[in-house]
Amino acid sequence: MAAPSPKPRRQLPLTWLGLMPFVIFVTLFLILPTMHIVVGAFQDRTGAFTLQNLRDLNTGTIPSSYWVSVKISVASAALGCLIGFGMAAAVVFGAVPRWVKSPLMTFSGVASNFAGVPLAFAFLATFGPVGLVTVFMRNNFGIVLSRDIGFNILSFWGLTVTYLFFQIPLMILIITPALEGLRREWREAAEVLGASTAQYWRMVALPILFPSLLGTFALLFANAFGAVATAIALTGSALNIVPIQLFAQIRGDVLGNPNLGYAMAFGMIVITAIANVLYIWLRIRAERWLK
Amino acid sequence: MSLYARLTGWIVLLFGLGYFIVPLVGLTEFSLKARRGVYSFDAYAKIIGDPEFQATFSYSVVMALVTIAMGVLIVVPTAFWVRLKMPWARPYVEFLTLLPLVIPAIVIVFGYIRLYNTSSFLPLTGTATGTNLLLAFGYTVLALPYMYRAIDTGLRTIDVATLTEAAQSLGAGWTTILTRVILPNVLPAVLSGAFLTFAIVIGEFTLAALLDRPAFGPYLQRIGANKPYEPFALSVIAFAITWACMGLIQLVTRFSKHTKAQP
Repeated sequence: MAAPSPKPRRQLPLTWLGLMPFVIFVTLFLILPTMHIVVGAFQDRTGAFTLQNLRDLNTGTIPSSYWVSVKISVASAALGCLIGFGMAAAVVFGAVPRWVKSPLMTFSGVASNFAGVPLAFAFLATFGPVGLVTVFMRNNFGIVLSRDIGFNILSFWGLTVTYLFFQIPLMILIITPALEGLRREWREAAEVLGASTAQYWRMVALPILFPSLLGTFALLFANAFGAVATAIALTGSALNIVPIQLFAQIRGDVLGNPNLGYAMAFGMIVITAIANVLYIWLRIRAERWLK
Repeated sequence: MSLYARLTGWIVLLFGLGYFIVPLVGLTEFSLKARRGVYSFDAYAKIIGDPEFQATFSYSVVMALVTIAMGVLIVVPTAFWVRLKMPWARPYVEFLTLLPLVIPAIVIVFGYIRLYNTSSFLPLTGTATGTNLLLAFGYTVLALPYMYRAIDTGLRTIDVATLTEAAQSLGAGWTTILTRVILPNVLPAVLSGAFLTFAIVIGEFTLAALLDRPAFGPYLQRIGANKPYEPFALSVIAFAITWACMGLIQLVTRFSKHTKAQP
């Protein structure tokens, strides 16, 4: 390989050839299908260019489904960030014994991948009408979840609480390395200069962590926004969110306009893409300080 | 560290752990309640005896194995080739492999249904075999980010160029190099990717449901609507499989570290 090739011009196409199976596969089963949807979002039934589909997104139940989806994603991402940050901080800053870290990280690796139908059943069995916690609260404290605190698993908060099961571990996985990157010297320097713990956090640690926190929030948001199986298994069609509506549209064209379906899917791509780009950009920024 | 901080740390951690453990306990407890008044494995017995369970479960297992084979076949040569000959292309290839995390699975399968219908240039959804193949391709795409990252990390720990040159000077062709030199060296990485793929495919719902294939995920969702205890027993089984896969990944990773420590 190190020896210079006598015929450099023939090398190039041959080198490219090695990448061909991958490129063909990705083009056929990832790029083309996605492009088909994106292009379809800008076409009318005859195939001519139009922006009408995107305008039609503002009709019927579509805006409200986007709004509910965004709200659930924001709520589960915010709570996931908060609780995950707390748990990671407790482990990293030594409030709890160090040996907790390894099993917690392993567990987070598993749980962050565990979206899906079984997760929905786990929460139904726990917070559903005859679930473990529901029955326990009723029998021991006389609290009926649905009546006294207005909690119902087949609702906005029910879905949010369920999503947290994979949101919190994802936060722990991503934020733990960032927290470990906070150098002891920074804290000591702040203390030498007379800063209180609160001042250290407000003026040193949080500004450094801010890109990581915001980036992870964006990632968690995208994660919740694209979750389909959990939502369908948990609420059926009771909750009007984008993935459920799109699922129904693909199954049976409930919107009565295939191109409007494309536009809906396109909207989903745009939102998750923005969230992911934000995540990647903030991650690069975060790496300036944290390695 | 002050007592106050310690206490807060413990409370947060225990709350979080409770959050993870209670639903799992709730699920398991509920799945054992099929017989009135006592805990029993009735729901498990019933579900395992269900021929539809056996059919859908074996379908998903076969699908997972096919996906793993496809993933290895596509990713190992590509990652190897990029490392060896086209290092400049790595960011682009990596970007492509990460796209499935950006584009929601429901959008990808939507594209499949419209692009590969009976009137297209590649009418895959026209036949059962074609649709099965399409589903396997779809799963390979979903697993691509994990598979590529695992194998690329594995390749980083070995000296690809030297190994390839050594094999070539001994007269090995590309197939021999890949199967008998590179693959054995990155086997732990390949296995990690494979187990993760297995865990993803076995309970996958969206693709299988929309392509209308008799897989485990849609079956679980369907019986959830009309059976009282069985879906919960099935969910316990699904959880157990995922955990087993993740446990195996840990085991493989630890094992590979161990072998590397001995030169």
